[in-house]
Amino acid sequence: MIGVPLVAYLSLGLFMFTVGAVGVIVRRNPIVIFMCIELMLNAVNLTFLSFARYHAVAARPGGPSAAESMMAGQMMVIFVMAVAAAEVAVGLGIIMAIFRLRDSIDIDEMSLLRG
Amino acid sequence: MINVAGIEITPELVAFGGLATVAALAAIGVVAFNNAVRSALCLVVNFFLLAVLYFTLNAELLGISQVIVYTGAIMVLFLFVIMLLNLGAPQILHEKWDFKRPAGIVLALVFAGLIAGQILPSLMSASRPVSNPALDAYGSPQAIGRTLFSTYVFPFEAVSILLLIGIVGSILLAKRRI
Repeated sequence: MIGVPLVAYLSLGLFMFTVGAVGVIVRRNPIVIFMCIELMLNAVNLTFLSFARYHAVAARPGGPSAAESMMAGQMMVIFVMAVAAAEVAVGLGIIMAIFRLRDSIDIDEMSLLRG
Repeated sequence: MINVAGIEITPELVAFGGLATVAALAAIGVVAFNNAVRSALCLVVNFFLLAVLYFTLNAELLGISQVIVYTGAIMVLFLFVIMLLNLGAPQILHEKWDFKRPAGIVLALVFAGLIAGQILPSLMSASRPVSNPALDAYGSPQAIGRTLFSTYVFPFEAVSILLLIGIVGSILLAKRRI
């Protein structure tokens, strides 16, 4: 949007990432922890897109052109989305398997791998 | 034009402020609600508003795929698992007040302060998007498809293999007996 500085988008991204990080540390429900990871991934996506729109580097010899750097940000967002989809499918499968094994999904009670 | 503390208040900025406020509140709701279904619904609101913000950044295809992939597929998967596990009222996890909560909040404030103090000030000058009308078409499906299948064809194939492994892995994990 014309009239909105880059910093506004970046601040929203930073805020969402921080809230997601707090959620991962604080919450004990693994499903909510997954949601917080999605929140962090989306914050990064927003940052990629705003940099792609605002900071398209001016063409310099040897460097990427403005169009190339703008596409690079969007490509990264596409790949993040694909990886997030795969991650959620596998992660929720793991949660289902653990729930079936232990009838509880409290993250603090899972200490099988503790040495 | 109204000027507050050196920042021009444009109608677009007011609209962005509204969208961003609701998105931020929804993000807080994801973490703050004790009930997983409410967290999921807050996340849906957040993803919708992010899709709108992607539109304002001229990334139309990504805005649409945000709605389809995240709000459509991933959130349905989340709600499905919440209902399969039946984490209703009797099984709501009682969140304890232990050292993790203040520690997490302090760490987050330090992290946010560090990034906001180090990175954001140097980017204050970028007040408007690159004003090149030729770049406005770079969020269209044609442009993205052309780039995806020429420059980025190898990562694209790698991602397709990753998704295939994800499908097989989730079936393997979720099925009782194969």
